[in-house]
Amino acid sequence: MLLEVEDLHVEFRTRDGVARVLNGVSYHVSAGETLAVLGESGSGKSVTAQAVMGILDTPPAHVTRGSVRFHGEELLSASPERRRAVRAEGVAMIFQDALSALNPVFTVGFQIEEQLRLRRGMSRAQARARAIELLDLVRIPAARQRVREYPHQFSGGMRQRAMIAMALALDPEVLIADEPTTALDVTVQAQIMDLLAEIQRERRMGLVLITHDLGVVAEVADRIVVMYAGRIVEQADAVSLFRSPGHPYTAALMRSLPRLDSKGAALETIRGLPPSLLRVPPGCPFHPRCPRAEDVCASRVPPDVPLGAGRTSACHFAEEVVGG
Amino acid sequence: MGELLEVRELVKHFPVTRGVVFRRTVGRVRAVDGVSFSLRAGETLGVVGESGCGKSTLAQVLMRLEAPTSGTVLFEGSPVFGLRGAALRRWRRDMQIVLQDPYTSLNPRMTVGDIVGEPFEIHPEVAPRGSRAGRVRELLDVVGLNPEHLNRYPHQFSGGQRQRIGIARALALRPKLIVCDEPVSALDVSIQAQVMNLLGELQDEFGLAYIFIAHDLSVVRHLSDRVAVMYLGKIVEIGTEEEIYEHPTHPYTQALLSAVPVADPTLRGRRDVIRLTGDVPSPVNPPTGCRFRTRCWKAQDVCATEEPALAIRVGNHPSACHFAEERHVIP
Repeated sequence: MLLEVEDLHVEFRTRDGVARVLNGVSYHVSAGETLAVLGESGSGKSVTAQAVMGILDTPPAHVTRGSVRFHGEELLSASPERRRAVRAEGVAMIFQDALSALNPVFTVGFQIEEQLRLRRGMSRAQARARAIELLDLVRIPAARQRVREYPHQFSGGMRQRAMIAMALALDPEVLIADEPTTALDVTVQAQIMDLLAEIQRERRMGLVLITHDLGVVAEVADRIVVMYAGRIVEQADAVSLFRSPGHPYTAALMRSLPRLDSKGAALETIRGLPPSLLRVPPGCPFHPRCPRAEDVCASRVPPDVPLGAGRTSACHFAEEVVGG
Repeated sequence: MGELLEVRELVKHFPVTRGVVFRRTVGRVRAVDGVSFSLRAGETLGVVGESGCGKSTLAQVLMRLEAPTSGTVLFEGSPVFGLRGAALRRWRRDMQIVLQDPYTSLNPRMTVGDIVGEPFEIHPEVAPRGSRAGRVRELLDVVGLNPEHLNRYPHQFSGGQRQRIGIARALALRPKLIVCDEPVSALDVSIQAQVMNLLGELQDEFGLAYIFIAHDLSVVRHLSDRVAVMYLGKIVEIGTEEEIYEHPTHPYTQALLSAVPVADPTLRGRRDVIRLTGDVPSPVNPPTGCRFRTRCWKAQDVCATEEPALAIRVGNHPSACHFAEERHVIP
């Protein structure tokens, strides 16, 4: 297994109390696989990625339990040097907002070359040549000139490409993409998703795609984990999940989506709001909003119920839900 | 029935200036460049397009928050840009706006009651002083908020609830038309559906017309009777929801629809995929002729020299392409 997250617990210690942001998150991704992490704001999908990368702000964030392993090696207890090495060459990450992820006072070329010179011991000229190759790879036109430009001279889509080039510079085995196309227009989003899929296929990279967009998930994911209030409520392969969701939250999310192929009647909604992480409800965190909640849901945390073919759903009534 | 709103050849250019002391105009951003459409009472017109296409500027000009460079807008037959004094105030009651960002469009130092009741300060004839608190409660109730919360501040509400506050404020003066500028794009999926349903219910209840501006094509289809597609300051295609989504004839509309990811993994690799290259050109210096030609796979010489008019060439709805033809792109 390339990357494994197991029973990860993270809490934010704030002035208002302890927010339990992750409450036992486990997932894994292997070479050549695309794992989509689907969730709404506050579900913990980005925090999980930050914990994997070791870039959580501590304080207020504290990992209180769990394990993150890369090729079986525990990262949470690794030395800062070792983590840096893994961050550079093992697991790379790209972000939603490329403008704030890139340093505005250095050229795009410099930011790619820096890691090549530091980690690969390349000369200036070698690093420059490689940076141009990488910009070419992510289809930035006129890479030879663009390499000398600053991030503000790039359009939104070009910046996202530059950030991908930077993440790929040291040939990582896993790429974590946190909402990589959310800030982009739909025609540019399609270009970037095609590019990511192609690069991943060629390099047999593991791709962890964090998103709230069910459409994007349906187009690229092999497997999907659905997060809610710091927990994974369902995991399944893409086709099964969309054909027969196994958790009431996933099912409700799908029914609340307006469709492109028909005007449709009133949308089904999920009543209420996601819980405050300062006061996650006891039992199943979704029970106050769940259409089929019963007494047991408020008292007992549902186990991960296996649904066959590697699927699980954290619902007391998972078998009935998946059966329709 | 007559048209509620009629927009004719609306243009809004912003000057691009250089220098501080000796400021001079070096160019113009052609944000809206000759837009015409009309809207009937109780109807919803969706406006879609990518960033920089001018859809938000259009909203600002229609609301008279920005002065137009040229063009006319008729509201119930009278020209909006000529209104002054009492007539202007009267018109402002009829047309209201809901903005995208529920965090910055509400004053954090005002209570919800004051925010929703503020329109009555400016238009006291709508609700006499004594009846205002009751009116505000009613409005909060109509948009699905607890009327007892009128003394709370915006930060005590979630994003979806704040958008409801913005809608209640827009409803206060019983408008005939509400311009909604990306009203659900900052919201999570489960909350977005609630707000979309609310907008639909309010339309049925009060006979509202909407101009619904958004970049999400599924959201626009769900709420709109007719749809206008904008590209670089111009409408490139306009028609009924059915015509635009099922029978698009402009290459840009087709590319836009084809690029929307569809939530069905079994359709992977089986869709009609149109991938545009490059980004939208700068509105300061738009391409000659057809503005879409630099990204269009059908472009010929004529597209660079002759601007295609928005006219019916095939089917029943207008499209601004010399080579308009129908192509079904949604699976």
